[in-house]
Amino acid sequence: MQIQVNGEAREINADATLAELIEQLELTGKRIAIELNLEIIPRSEHTGTRLNAGDQVEIVHAIGGG
Amino acid sequence: MSELENHDPLIIAGQSFNSRLLVGTGKYKDMAETGAAIEASGAEIVTMAVRRTNLGQNPDEPNLLDVISPDRYTLLPNTAGCYTADDAVRTCRLARELLDGHDLVKLEVLGDQKTLYPNIIETVKAAETLVKDGFKVMVYTNDDPIVAKRLEEIGCVAVMPLGSLIGSGLGIQNPHNIRLIMEEAKVPILVDAGIGTPSEAAMAMEMGCAGVLVNSAIAGAQHPVLMAQAMQKAVVAGREAFRAVRMPRKAYASASSPLDGVISAR
Repeated sequence: MQIQVNGEAREINADATLAELIEQLELTGKRIAIELNLEIIPRSEHTGTRLNAGDQVEIVHAIGGG
Repeated sequence: MSELENHDPLIIAGQSFNSRLLVGTGKYKDMAETGAAIEASGAEIVTMAVRRTNLGQNPDEPNLLDVISPDRYTLLPNTAGCYTADDAVRTCRLARELLDGHDLVKLEVLGDQKTLYPNIIETVKAAETLVKDGFKVMVYTNDDPIVAKRLEEIGCVAVMPLGSLIGSGLGIQNPHNIRLIMEEAKVPILVDAGIGTPSEAAMAMEMGCAGVLVNSAIAGAQHPVLMAQAMQKAVVAGREAFRAVRMPRKAYASASSPLDGVISAR
């Protein structure tokens, strides 16, 4: 199925969880925060959150800024 | 207590800090320079930005939080780059998740790309939402005393008027307004944006500002680490000068050496 990650289309297995997406992106264990369809999904819920076709995922991290 | 004893903490939202210099982490050459400059500045509160993670590119890229550890520094996520209240609120919520529930944020909602001047209408909206949502908001604003007071009334924990445009290094263009803001304020007032040199940071502190936030003046110096150290000294000197209370200005000279006993041929 297709989802949007940081504004880009991406293919992922049907029924994949957020944790599986993170693994596929090689971001497991990194300091990131995730929004799914404009809702924050706390780290503790990544494993239990299933993705659906058309989902909009935002993955962010800290960078330098004033 | 001796006059020279230096227990004069900056208190923001009940938390106590020894350094009154807050620094940003943008515009540095690399992470090593960022880390060295922040260290030399002596700052305890350090701003950062929240951005989309690059997917599939350079997974071993150093992370800002590895260099500026949240265990050592109080990280202040900013909403720079946001032009609407909604985006700023979203960014703060992402930052809170990123930093494990940390709720101190720097709110800035910008008006246009040329001036990066704050959009006050959106800033007020975002501040209201964030305060209701439990955030401790340090807010970037213009140097309008009425707006500053309003942001304080909403519940912002610190108000941070600009000295001049972000990244301009033009110093404090309207010190009179900063004074008006301070006169009415019950929360700390920090000059955010515009500081170009240590003397300008010292000027803000001598005027009685609670602190200054500096990024470009350090990162944009030819030798950022040395400039970071200079800023630290300037902020300390300016604060001590404020506490010491300056001499009155006089229109005419007043000799420093005694007038009696001067040798004379007459």
